[in-house]
Amino acid sequence: MASAGGAAPFWRAAGMTYITYSNICANLVRNCLKEPFKAEAISRERVHFSLSKWVDGKPEKPTVRSDPTEH
Amino acid sequence: MFRRATTLLRRPLIGATSRRFSTDLPAAAVEDSSFVEAWKKVSPNVDPPKTPLAYMKPRPATPSSLPSKLTVNFVLPYASELSAKEVDMVIVPATTGQMGVLPGHVATIAELKPGVLSVHEGNDVTKYFVSSGFAFIHANSVADIIAVEAVPVDRIDANLVQKGLQDFTQKLNSATTDLEKAEAQIGVDVHSALNSALTG
Repeated sequence: MASAGGAAPFWRAAGMTYITYSNICANLVRNCLKEPFKAEAISRERVHFSLSKWVDGKPEKPTVRSDPTEH
Repeated sequence: MFRRATTLLRRPLIGATSRRFSTDLPAAAVEDSSFVEAWKKVSPNVDPPKTPLAYMKPRPATPSSLPSKLTVNFVLPYASELSAKEVDMVIVPATTGQMGVLPGHVATIAELKPGVLSVHEGNDVTKYFVSSGFAFIHANSVADIIAVEAVPVDRIDANLVQKGLQDFTQKLNSATTDLEKAEAQIGVDVHSALNSALTG
């Protein structure tokens, strides 16, 4: 592990957090899998959510998203 | 009537911050006696609630002699690959290099880089490619390895790895902002690690 006060890893220096770095690595690995495993992995990581902004105490029309994780 | 309860409740927490290492915890579960006494003074008719201490399973004591096997817990966010499996050795891809962990290893926390984790049990070696994560090795020869994504090495497609490596090397050369460079560098690192996992 880097000593206290030592150089930060390159992704930290570029402003990325560890979670972002870790998720990017995981996505890259998933994209390099052989066929049935790749489809399973991608479907497993799919997220589905509905997002609505509230303005003046009332919700606006919700957007429903169902993306596979892109980065 | 209960205004003093919060200050009294706070007292055991202050005592808890002076606790030393977790390996010094007693082997048997204890009830928080100072909390129970303070509670009874304030509200003797109500049973004291259980504190988090009462729910904690006591940490197994560090054995005085070297255990012969390492207990490995290898977990992913969606599955538990190995759960309390007794093995001879694991080789963990730490950021400081491949680290071999034997029973009796000193307590360590290691951040993992994309690489191969190999579990050695007798003559069997099982290899997993780990995307990133952490390995916690405790003084009592229990190793907790957590990873975001880990696949057995035979599930990796060599063509996709080569293609990815070329793509990201190109992106690295043409990247402008720091963030793009960092992402391209991550891509190159992960794909090179995948490549060496397939060939090594």
